[in-house]
Amino acid sequence: MKITDFHLYLLKRLSYLVLTMFLVSAIVFASTIILPGNAAVLILGRSADENSVAALEKKLGLDQPWYEQYFDWVGGLFTGDAGTSLVRQEPVIDIVVPRLFTSLQLAVFTLLVVMVIGISAGVLSALKRDTIVDRIISGVAYVGVSLPEFVTGTLLILLLAGPVFNVFPASGFVPLSEGIVPYLSHMILPVATLTLLITAYVLRQTRTEIIEVLQSDYVRTARLKGVSRRRVLYKHVLRNGLLPTITVLALNFGWMMGSLVVVEEIFAISGLGRLVVFAIQNRDLPLLQFVVLVIAGAYAFANLGADLLYGYLDPRISYGGEE
Amino acid sequence: MQLEQTQTTSNETVLSIDSLHVEYSTPGSNVRAVRDVSLDVARGETHGIAGESGSGKSTLALAILQYLGDNGSITSGTVQFNGTDLQELSESELRSLRGNDIAHVAQDAKSSLNPSLSVGEQVAETIQAHQDVSRSEAHQQAIEMLREVDIPDPEYNADQYPHELSGGQQQRVLIAMALSCSPELLILDEPTTGLDVTTQSKIVELIQDLKDEYETTIVLITHNLEIIAQITDRVSIMYAGELMEQGDVYSIFDDPSNPYTQGLLAATPEIGSDKAPTAIPGQIPDLTDLDDGCTFADRCAFATEECRTGSIAMETVADDHETRCRRWEAAVEDPIQPKRGTYDRASAGGELLSATGLRKIFDEPSTVGTLFEDTSFERFFDLEPPVKAVNDVDITVRESETVGLVGESGSGKSTLGRTLLSLLEPTEGTVTFRGDDVGEFDSSEMREFYSECQIVFQNPHSSLNPRKTIGQIIERPLRMFTDADAEARTNRVVELLEQVDLGPEYVRRYPHELSGGEKQRVAIARAFAPNPSFIVLDEPVSALDVSVQANILDLLSDLRAEYGTTYLLISHDLSVISAICDRIMIMYLGEIVESGRRDDIFEPPYHPYTRALLSSIPNLDPHKESSPILLEGDVPSMRNTPNGCSFHTRCPQKIGSVCEESCPEVEPTGEGESSEHGIACHLDEDEMSTAIEGLHNDADG
Repeated sequence: MKITDFHLYLLKRLSYLVLTMFLVSAIVFASTIILPGNAAVLILGRSADENSVAALEKKLGLDQPWYEQYFDWVGGLFTGDAGTSLVRQEPVIDIVVPRLFTSLQLAVFTLLVVMVIGISAGVLSALKRDTIVDRIISGVAYVGVSLPEFVTGTLLILLLAGPVFNVFPASGFVPLSEGIVPYLSHMILPVATLTLLITAYVLRQTRTEIIEVLQSDYVRTARLKGVSRRRVLYKHVLRNGLLPTITVLALNFGWMMGSLVVVEEIFAISGLGRLVVFAIQNRDLPLLQFVVLVIAGAYAFANLGADLLYGYLDPRISYGGEE
Repeated sequence: MQLEQTQTTSNETVLSIDSLHVEYSTPGSNVRAVRDVSLDVARGETHGIAGESGSGKSTLALAILQYLGDNGSITSGTVQFNGTDLQELSESELRSLRGNDIAHVAQDAKSSLNPSLSVGEQVAETIQAHQDVSRSEAHQQAIEMLREVDIPDPEYNADQYPHELSGGQQQRVLIAMALSCSPELLILDEPTTGLDVTTQSKIVELIQDLKDEYETTIVLITHNLEIIAQITDRVSIMYAGELMEQGDVYSIFDDPSNPYTQGLLAATPEIGSDKAPTAIPGQIPDLTDLDDGCTFADRCAFATEECRTGSIAMETVADDHETRCRRWEAAVEDPIQPKRGTYDRASAGGELLSATGLRKIFDEPSTVGTLFEDTSFERFFDLEPPVKAVNDVDITVRESETVGLVGESGSGKSTLGRTLLSLLEPTEGTVTFRGDDVGEFDSSEMREFYSECQIVFQNPHSSLNPRKTIGQIIERPLRMFTDADAEARTNRVVELLEQVDLGPEYVRRYPHELSGGEKQRVAIARAFAPNPSFIVLDEPVSALDVSVQANILDLLSDLRAEYGTTYLLISHDLSVISAICDRIMIMYLGEIVESGRRDDIFEPPYHPYTRALLSSIPNLDPHKESSPILLEGDVPSMRNTPNGCSFHTRCPQKIGSVCEESCPEVEPTGEGESSEHGIACHLDEDEMSTAIEGLHNDADG
């Protein structure tokens, strides 16, 4: 296969990604070491005698110098061993993976809904600029973004899962394997809560950009050469106007992965967000380290994905070749 | 050429505009952008619409196409195309008319093309919109159209995106798009503005060739009177939304019968004449708040009280020649003449600033990079070939002289100017100021140097801080470079404003309240604030209208006479350079290819590039046909400059392999070594002096 500038670019980006992950792992590790409290004491309780603490420290490798601990940990990560949860006494990986999967479904589902609603409302807003339609759309979006998720989430539960209309379950998460209807019905309220929060950003970005493109010289050129309205909209306006939205979506995706805490707490979904809270509350350092690393990784991958997609769609982006 | 065009003109009217008024509504006021414009364009005619910015010429073009945006509308008057009133058409009827019967080529090709569609697809799109053809047939036709407009390798370039083509090629794509459905009427809005002069002459040739081939009627809108003179049959001169004068091209240029037309012609610099471009005083009126009477009265030498009353109608001067002026007979009697004779010059003194072996290279490979020859490694780290923006330049500027530095875009002229001022650090070579090496200056000497050497930038709209008052802007260099106290500084600011003909009331104004010409005056006042001995003027007039441009050149010349200031005037426009420079240097791809006194440059022997540049400037006299030397291709990239003589890839007089292999040094011409005229070329002097034959053949279609 011929090596193109794109491959080199991809290689470069991936190596930056690896570098980023290394840095993140180092920072995560350092901060957990700096945190007060000895893991062995935490596990055994304050009344434990020195000998058993020392024995446990030896078992956990805590008697080793910090750099050996770090390399043991990183080395373990490469072999698929992220350590053992201090509290649960299970491999960290086994705890994290199913929850990651749950959170991912939540995030991806929300992203899709935000994409559809945010983009179409944004485009509509731009096309109907300064009309009543535009104002209503902006108004709704602002209300959504200015209410915190514990307010909207709680209101949604009260409205749709409680005394008023009991349509959806108030909490929990059901895997798809148990049927599409229960799966979706559990998913709708948390997704709606997140959507209300995020849509405004996407909508705003889309509206601004589409308005700018509508006023561009090349859209005028297209209209003055007699191209149909539909084609002007799809080939000229949307094609260029939606590019920056990709970046906003990717940023929101990364942000969501780290910010599911509140929503998962409200709807009692056991995903990554709740796991973080659990790990912090219980000083479960190996668990905390790995979860944070996974969230950082999701963020980095989302951005890489956005940049690649952007580059694919915008021919002006070159990969360090001739241009 | 003129004769030919007149013959193809018939009596049948294609476009007929009758007392058209266009308004844009903005919050709080209405801009009356076009008022009472009537014009007829006959089949086969090339009709030129000339005017400066704000004259309403682009609005007129869009009004013809019934495309005025959300806030613009035709308030009265009609536009008829082949007898059909275009205002009566429905949106879908207009859609089938646009691009098919009337095509529009917009100003600024780069922004008028969709950046994310291939150019072939953009041409094909027009064809598909109006003809019942398949996608692949449309693509095939698009390739043929690109071939028609001389896009090299059209099969390949059809798949390229706009940013991958040069400015001239982008313009060609727009023209291909417009002609793809063989429209009856082609509207070209500033088709050559922003292009280099050698590219401009190729586009003009192309327009003329295609006009003959497609038998298209053309409306050509431009501020460039030379192009109007060269390629149009009839001309409309617009000012502040009104038609000032209209007639056939010869009567307009031979007997201009409107003070504005006369003023425009006097303000346009001409090479090889002793004409000193003469400014039109004042500025264009506010189109939201127009007084009665003639819109030009405030700037007109012939205006009387009577001119400021009522509405001014078009008056007939002769057959097919009308003017909107009550005093036109007086204007014809004693027309506005440009000043003659060159500007006052102080005699040049000793050496002020000089550079030897100066190089400025951007993106130089790092030491690590040079260890690896492998290109994929270089690409991995974004190591592209370095940009040789200034390549081994020797230059000497003497006290009180004005040196012109001419080059097309990408010639490295601005970089050279900035490197001389130590705004950029030279990669190699030395700059000396009054005999001292600038590179050796300590910080206090450097401060002194910066106060002695100032710069005026091209774009006055972006070179003044929008959040500072004019007073603060001019005061800043006084704070930095002088010990004057607050009161002394304030007095000096007023004094400086006075010198650039602005009153003390400007002290408290902000840049956005000023016109382009006024802003450039402020930039000049700022440059003069610390009493500099040397000023680099980087395209000081190219963002300005021609009537204002002459004003700034006058001002620069007055200040030079008063203070004996030395100028390095950087410009792409040889006419501007020729108007005020003592010596001229011609730059191509980072190298000086010719230098000499003003007259040396405009007379043989010529460097082949200078010859091409000079021939590319169209003649302001419609009786004198221009015959530009058309250079092949575009200027090569500075990342990949040709070996040997950098001009050999485009040189019409290339001798052979010597041009490809060895880089010519600047050699003095004439008898003595003392000659100030130097040319870097392998040709001998005879070859550089005699006319070259057969070069214009390719210009004829």
